[in-house]
Amino acid sequence: MKIRQIQEILDATCLCGDNFDGDCFAGCGCDLMSDVLAFPKEHMCLLTGLTNPQVIRTSEMLDVMCVVFVRGKRPPEETLELAQELGITVFSTKYTLYEACGKLYAHGLPSKNEV
Amino acid sequence: MSELLYKEIYPVDKDDFVRAGEASAKIKRTLKQLGVDADKIRRTSVVSYECEINLIIHSLGGQMCLEVTDEEIIVSSSDKGPGIKDISLAMKEGWSTASDSVREMGFGAGMGLPNMKRHCDEFILNSAPGAGTEIVMKIKI
Repeated sequence: MKIRQIQEILDATCLCGDNFDGDCFAGCGCDLMSDVLAFPKEHMCLLTGLTNPQVIRTSEMLDVMCVVFVRGKRPPEETLELAQELGITVFSTKYTLYEACGKLYAHGLPSKNEV
Repeated sequence: MSELLYKEIYPVDKDDFVRAGEASAKIKRTLKQLGVDADKIRRTSVVSYECEINLIIHSLGGQMCLEVTDEEIIVSSSDKGPGIKDISLAMKEGWSTASDSVREMGFGAGMGLPNMKRHCDEFILNSAPGAGTEIVMKIKI
């Protein structure tokens, strides 16, 4: 799934990054970074309610393609600065984690455990 | 006898959450420059990042070391204490002594050590209360 499709499906606001043509192969909805790190897959989209810079640092370690903050959350500046520096596309969506994951899954983005 | 191609040491300070992950980011960049396979870089990144976070959360400060030979990537850590009382308990998924503030950052779920062991080919942990902890993790190239 293209990053631009993720933005459209989630009616999301882009907070930084412009890699809209990048491909995501799998999604992961999680607030526990250690769970994200447990079984990483390449080209993931990470959906989370956590907004601290460690979300972006974790994404860097796993080559996450894009990060979506749920429930309309706006991360602190240092989080966006790090994402900008690392070239990670970041969105904010009004949907809850449950809703956002459900919408992407229904549109064909598999779980990271299915690829 | 394997040939050492690269070695670097990274100090990690206790409670330095602002710089958490910087050493692992440097390790990742180095492995990319050395042309290591992407999957092995990702596995190394997971083990080094979990290890670095553990040093920040649990240790009194320490260091990490990256060694790359023509056969394997070795990420190791050593710290000044306090050491682990019960290693088999610490290796159990879900068991953690982390504070609430650490949990709010998405860590301290008791997955760190199991994640490290899961993603490397060889995992060695030596620790004793008062003596500190040493970890060696090897990933075959």
